[in-house]
Amino acid sequence: MIFLQLFFTFFKIGLFAIGGGLATLPLLREALLESGWMGQGEFIDMIAVSQATPGPIGINMATYAGFKLAGFFGGLSATLGLVAPSLIIIITIARFMKNYASNRFVAHALSGLRPAAVGMIAAAALTIFGNSVFLFSDFPDGAWIDFKALGIFAVLSLFYLIKKPHPLVTLALGALGGMFFL
Amino acid sequence: MKRLVSLFSLFFKIGLFSIGGGYVMLPMLKEEMVRKKGWLTDEEILNYYAIGQATPGIIAINTATFAGYKTAGIPGALAATAGMVTPSLIIISLIAAFLSDFREIPLVARAFAGIRVSVAVLLFFTIADMIKKGIKNPFDFLLLAAAFCGIAFFGLSPVTIALGAAAAGILGGLKIREGQP
Repeated sequence: MIFLQLFFTFFKIGLFAIGGGLATLPLLREALLESGWMGQGEFIDMIAVSQATPGPIGINMATYAGFKLAGFFGGLSATLGLVAPSLIIIITIARFMKNYASNRFVAHALSGLRPAAVGMIAAAALTIFGNSVFLFSDFPDGAWIDFKALGIFAVLSLFYLIKKPHPLVTLALGALGGMFFL
Repeated sequence: MKRLVSLFSLFFKIGLFSIGGGYVMLPMLKEEMVRKKGWLTDEEILNYYAIGQATPGIIAINTATFAGYKTAGIPGALAATAGMVTPSLIIISLIAAFLSDFREIPLVARAFAGIRVSVAVLLFFTIADMIKKGIKNPFDFLLLAAAFCGIAFFGLSPVTIALGAAAAGILGGLKIREGQP
């Protein structure tokens, strides 16, 4: 039964993927390529499409692989399999935290985690900024700063400082700016 | 029930605009769940994000599950996660079925490039706000800097960093307690 097979394959991937959607890649390679479910070309297409479309990359890859193998319900089974471990583990942790919120070890651990989370987000922001405005592959010769993207960045930042718009407004303006200028 | 519908629709919007990673989630959660509805605090978002890094599963799904559970229990966790994956299911199914070469549509590619710039803008202001509200002493700042350098320059795994930061928090917390009888 292909749907159950997809569910459990992606359940295993969800269970062992720690630290970001791309951490699932080696597991996916094993599950999809070595089982003969997909060819190399299709595997690369899957990664490219998943990175370029809306949604978490891991979820996109599961949906894509499931759909290619068994249609819409295949995609659904794979996605459900991938999120099931998260649901189980996180709900367990959230319950634990509710009961132990006043425990000082938990409180201290969280007080260390929060600043580290800000640091990790800042590192991610730098990568996203780099990928959208700088073309490091062309450095140092050639036009390695995308001045048009930098311009959009400056205008959107200014607009944000003055107007404090809803994030969706900033995203929509970015999309429009990209369509006209990039 | 109203809460579940609004959780689903909020995470649907987040899923729809997560391009190249789930980071758009942070500014969206701050705007909708902290500022407008008051269902979460800034501290809680950082807790969830940090724990989501160190636990199995997709980080965006982990954070969505956490936020949903805090807001409306297990049904809330399910509604948030369902909202988060629905745009992927629709969009990817359409692409896998009809146009695997959609990335070559220039207008789509340019719109996505623009959205990526927006995400960078939103993240910078989100981080500035988080630093203003959450970094209270030199120890916090040291942890922030160490986590940033660990990822940006040394390529450490987020799991290593989260575990180290939790241990540092516990040790630091105990030290401070000892110093203040």
